Amino acid sequence: MKMHYFEITPRRSLSIDLKELSDFAELFYFFSLRDIKVKYKHAGLGIVWAVLQPLLLMLILSLFMGQTLVKDSGGINYSVFVYSGLILWFLFSTGVSQASNSLISNAHILKKIYFPRLIVPVSAIFVALFDFILSFIVMIPMLILFDQPVDWMSAVVYWPIAILLCLVAALGPGCLLAALNAKYRDFRYTVPFIIQFLFFITPVIYPVNTVKYDWIRYLLCLNPMHAPIALFRMPFAGQQTEMLILVLSTGSSCLFLLWGLYYFKRSETFFADFV
Amino acid sequence: MTPILEIRDIGKKFRLTHVQEPYISLRDQFFGFLKRGHERKEDFWALKGITFNVDPGESIGIIGRNGAGKSTLLKILSKITPPTEGKIVGRGRIASLLEVGTGFHPELTGLENIYLNGSILGMRKKEIDAKFDAIVDFAETEKFLDTPLKYYSSGMQLRLAFSVAAFLEPEILVIDEVLAVGDAEFQRKCLKKMEDVNKGGRTVLFVSHNMEAVRSFCSRGLIIDQGKLQFAGASNQAIQRYLENLSQEQRRKFYPPSPVEGKDFSLVGCEVGIPDGTAISNGDTIQVHFELLNQSRNKFSLYLFVFRNESLAFVSSDLHQPACDSIGESERFEVTFSIPPYLLNPGHCRIGLMIADFNGNTEQFFNQMDLLSFDVEENGYRRGNRYSLGWSGAVSPILKIEAKRN
Repeated sequence: MKMHYFEITPRRSLSIDLKELSDFAELFYFFSLRDIKVKYKHAGLGIVWAVLQPLLLMLILSLFMGQTLVKDSGGINYSVFVYSGLILWFLFSTGVSQASNSLISNAHILKKIYFPRLIVPVSAIFVALFDFILSFIVMIPMLILFDQPVDWMSAVVYWPIAILLCLVAALGPGCLLAALNAKYRDFRYTVPFIIQFLFFITPVIYPVNTVKYDWIRYLLCLNPMHAPIALFRMPFAGQQTEMLILVLSTGSSCLFLLWGLYYFKRSETFFADFV
Repeated sequence: MTPILEIRDIGKKFRLTHVQEPYISLRDQFFGFLKRGHERKEDFWALKGITFNVDPGESIGIIGRNGAGKSTLLKILSKITPPTEGKIVGRGRIASLLEVGTGFHPELTGLENIYLNGSILGMRKKEIDAKFDAIVDFAETEKFLDTPLKYYSSGMQLRLAFSVAAFLEPEILVIDEVLAVGDAEFQRKCLKKMEDVNKGGRTVLFVSHNMEAVRSFCSRGLIIDQGKLQFAGASNQAIQRYLENLSQEQRRKFYPPSPVEGKDFSLVGCEVGIPDGTAISNGDTIQVHFELLNQSRNKFSLYLFVFRNESLAFVSSDLHQPACDSIGESERFEVTFSIPPYLLNPGHCRIGLMIADFNGNTEQFFNQMDLLSFDVEENGYRRGNRYSLGWSGAVSPILKIEAKRN
């Protein structure tokens, strides 16, 4: 018979036990499923809500910004430009804010049973992914409606990479903020502000070439969300992105991920004492 | 035999901060240095030097008073909180049940909750699929599988919760007092199931205040007292020892320091206990025993005063009291009041005695309060899922209830 040997010691290792995570793989699914079901069971508009939010924002922005402020959205129809940026941004922002709240909202479970704590923020991000998929589906007819030329071949390559990078970008800060939130309960007030701040330094509603100085542009590229959004718009004709920008942004995303995971793992064992 | 679980010198320290803050705040971390020195920090060892081995297939009962450290030990074994020192080595799949229905969500249906709860407990979806019918059968809720949990009665929720847990099949099972729920019929079913689990060769660690359950279910018993392992041995011995310690401590409080002498009556001694002399729980018949000397009266009634926590719980009635008229002057006599089970709610109780004659002229011959005190412990048989809140009121008499359809 296979023997499960385990040890419980005062300090647990900082490494992530992938085998253990895969043992609990289904729990990711059930946690996400729970949150999705609970979220949409009560909303009167149901899942339409997930789509309505970026759609309405897009309408407003294209009516005002599109006509006046943003003259050149890099050859992309401004509505498509904004919508594609917004849905990816929402994936990031809801992912981060849900993840940062996740430990506290599951405190009663954490106090009563052990499972790899990392499951909690990660499944919170999956919930955001569900919303994203819905609004992503809506984007396809929109492309046709606005007569936006799309290089479908590169779309198949770039879109999944962009979504994956976006999830990575959300996971790092998500884990970090979740742990900080569990430890310092007043930290949660800062989360909306951080997200708001990031929104304005991310080229969601304006193209990156609006920025005049090169050094500011490169500085802005340290933003983890820069690369996913740029990649996501690649298949739209005429979009070019500098390699350096992608590397910088992805690199910073990975650093955030390492930092987030490190801090999360370090405080993980004490969550039950804190929350 | 290689032990399946080795607990080596486990200790857990908590830092008590004497500041009334429910949580650490960032603000305090930043500005804490300004007021350092004002707060007192104190180390508190909830557990210290706990060492024992568990052999495969053993069932171990862990007993001890509230706050002795039992729950902390379970939390460490369940990996919920790390020990401060020491080490635990395990050789088998471990699962813990510190409560039933962990993760149940009121908005989800019964079926969805079975899967959610099952996977939180560490079951695979395939495993749950295979046991699904048995779980539903055991819980007797098949009609409500598609109903959101919030429409379930609390009894049904508990049955469902327990049923999922009952089909957990780890090699080592750690259980907190989860048996203390549900109606009596369902409890029997659960205990039976637990026994089957153990007979199936699995190792069980079981924390309980319910001595009956520990006795019938555990081969070995551990007593934890003030964070230390006080005794380890056969469960019968452990229970006996635990109850002896408990009642010795209580008995010391029981006897009044010196006999109470009055003009009409003198109290020679008094004692509280349940028939077999063990600790007092709300499920017991609590007997209050007085030894008295009648000095001068021949017509009187006795009134037992019971105070619970801060207030008077009740005064016994003088209806149906056997005539004490036969007890003449200068005679010693004994009286025993029996408080029926489940009348007094758990709490700290104090006893007083009054002897009086309320027929005709009201005359009071003896009146002494706080003669002795004792704790009534919750035996857990009607805790329901809100047991941490306790039962309201001083008494909860079992009434005869009749309901009929009109």
